[in-house]
Amino acid sequence: MNRFSWFNATSLTLGFAFLYLPMVILVIYSFNESKLVTVWAGFSTRWYGELLQNDAFLDAAWVTLRVAVFSSTLATVLGTMAAYVLVRAGRFPGRTLFSGMIYAPLVMPEVITGLSLLLLFIGIGLDRGILTIVLAHTTFSMCYVSVVVSSRLVSFDRSLEEAALDLGATPFDAFRLVTLPIIAPAVISGWLLAFTLSLDDLVIASFTSGPSSTTLPIKIFSAVRLGVSPEINALSTILIGIVTIGVITASLVSKRAVIRRQREEQAAFQT
Amino acid sequence: MAQATKPQRAKAEAFAPWQDASTRPLIEFRGVTKRFGTFTAIDDISLDIYAKEFFALLGPSGCGKTTLMRMLGGFETPTEGTILLDGQDVAGVPPNRRATNMMFQSYALFPHLDIAENIAFGLRRAKIPKDQIAARVDEMLKLVQLTPYRSRKPHQVSGGQRQRVALARALARAPKLLLLDEPLGALDKKLRQETQFELMDIQEKTGTTFVIVTHDQEEAMTVASRVAVMDHGKLVQVATPDAIYETPNSTYVADFIGDVNIIEGAATPLGEGRYEIHWAEGATPLIGTTDEALATGAKVYLAIRPEKVAISTENPESRANAVPGTVHDIAYLGNISTYHVELANGAIVKAQTANTHRIARRDITWDDPVWLSWTDTAGVVLTR
Ligand SMILES: Nc1ncnc2c1ncn2[C@@H]1O[C@H](COP(=O)(O)OP(=O)(O)OP(=O)(O)O)[C@@H](O)[C@H]1O
Ligand SMILES: [Mg+2]
Repeated sequence: MNRFSWFNATSLTLGFAFLYLPMVILVIYSFNESKLVTVWAGFSTRWYGELLQNDAFLDAAWVTLRVAVFSSTLATVLGTMAAYVLVRAGRFPGRTLFSGMIYAPLVMPEVITGLSLLLLFIGIGLDRGILTIVLAHTTFSMCYVSVVVSSRLVSFDRSLEEAALDLGATPFDAFRLVTLPIIAPAVISGWLLAFTLSLDDLVIASFTSGPSSTTLPIKIFSAVRLGVSPEINALSTILIGIVTIGVITASLVSKRAVIRRQREEQAAFQT
Repeated sequence: MAQATKPQRAKAEAFAPWQDASTRPLIEFRGVTKRFGTFTAIDDISLDIYAKEFFALLGPSGCGKTTLMRMLGGFETPTEGTILLDGQDVAGVPPNRRATNMMFQSYALFPHLDIAENIAFGLRRAKIPKDQIAARVDEMLKLVQLTPYRSRKPHQVSGGQRQRVALARALARAPKLLLLDEPLGALDKKLRQETQFELMDIQEKTGTTFVIVTHDQEEAMTVASRVAVMDHGKLVQVATPDAIYETPNSTYVADFIGDVNIIEGAATPLGEGRYEIHWAEGATPLIGTTDEALATGAKVYLAIRPEKVAISTENPESRANAVPGTVHDIAYLGNISTYHVELANGAIVKAQTANTHRIARRDITWDDPVWLSWTDTAGVVLTR
């Protein structure tokens, strides 16, 4: 099974090249001295320095970060609540319809989501700005959170909540002290998912952003239309770095949890 | 727990509130039915359980024991009928407002809390001062012999230890009514007996009412003030352990509790509750007694416990019932031996004798012709 055949090696190389070659090129060229993106003129960190002077990019980054934090937090709260109700409420008329409707935005084309939100905001006279982007991102990322959390809740042993109630906890306490700590990993991954979705959303943000609230993806996209500058490469490299660190941290954290659990189990057997 | 004292049976015998019409029951089931969809899990049960009782529910898997408990705990609502707790209808009272604690069959320990925190959970909810909680947790840990494991998580202890944590957690709040769903199933015999006595001790001290589900007939006999035998959501018999054992009301109960021989036949009244039972063509009829008035030719079952059947090589003329047979099998269990004797009609009847002699001196062995005998009152005549 474990033989390292030629076929395996080739498909592995091709697969990874396909995935990472574009990014590698981007990272390499972000350290290019030359202003021309396609001509290599020696190593330099000059574009990173210029990036830090570029207020437009920094503003956009700040907007993006705030939008991502607020919308993912809001989406996590709402998505967890929705998942909890749908998994727990048992059968009520229209349950299938409701759970179907929660997941519909997953398959809805983003353009349509963005357009309908735009129409809504105009309709109710809400000025487009950070608030509208936050609301829009919450709307579409909430169903992702809900999917992640409800798949955890389905396998959650109901009798734990019953035991908490039996021991005198109010339903809210039972949720806060028993359910939530146990499903916390799913809630956290839901939050991370919502955060990254918000971070790199271009379509919905461009429908719902206003002149004073450009997000980074919008900024990059519009800048690229005027020609790829080495600054964009530098910015993208930073983004790749952030995402990489985030992913590695998340996997380390969960791996540590597994290792600690194993160690505790071993300790239990030794005594 | 170290000094597992013998239970005081004498006291328990005097305790019989169910015979006293003036006592108000702690729990009243009035025509309770529970259906899951079209499946009837509990079928029109009416039952009174009195304060300070140790009430045991017995029955095969799936007969509705857990469902009955869950209705008391507030996790299921009856489809029909009412449940009164202390005279109050409990319908609509949520579990956290009921003066009951339940030990779940699956234990339902909180995996993210350590064992001491699991036990403290209920106490914390009751807004008890911190130092009192700590003292109570220590007391409970000592009771279930888990003090060295107090800061382990539930997944770091053995199955039997988990069961004890669940028991301690349910006991900690010292509720008025304790529902224990197979509380001792995973414990070894010695620890189980110690814990049984401990439970009885707790009950004596605190006056808690226990409703306990068990599969272990011996356990029910040891601890229970009364036993309810269930079958398919119905109560078959509710009585004291000795009444259940000595005078079961049906072959189902007789068969469920302990070992029993059942001989089918047709009754002929002899007067004064004595009946002749014609059980095989050409065989001498057997004699049994019952309080029920039976018509001639009524189909009956003579239920007789193996330990009440004597086995001998000669025909014991003095006994009311004697049947010949051949030894089919012998089960040697150390203190007792069970002889499986095949009768002329092919039926197997078990006879049990205490091994007062060393095994080498046993005078009955395989394929020997033997006589089985018992008195006229040893067996019960049942109609179903
Ligand atoms: N939530 C439910 N939905 C449908 N059927 C159920 C439900 N809970 C229990 N039942 C059914 O009701 C019957 C009684 O279940 P219950 O758990 O009370 O059995 P039990 O006597 O406790 O059995 P065991 O000794 O195996 O624990 C079973 O046939 C079970 O399948
Ligand atoms: Mg059960």
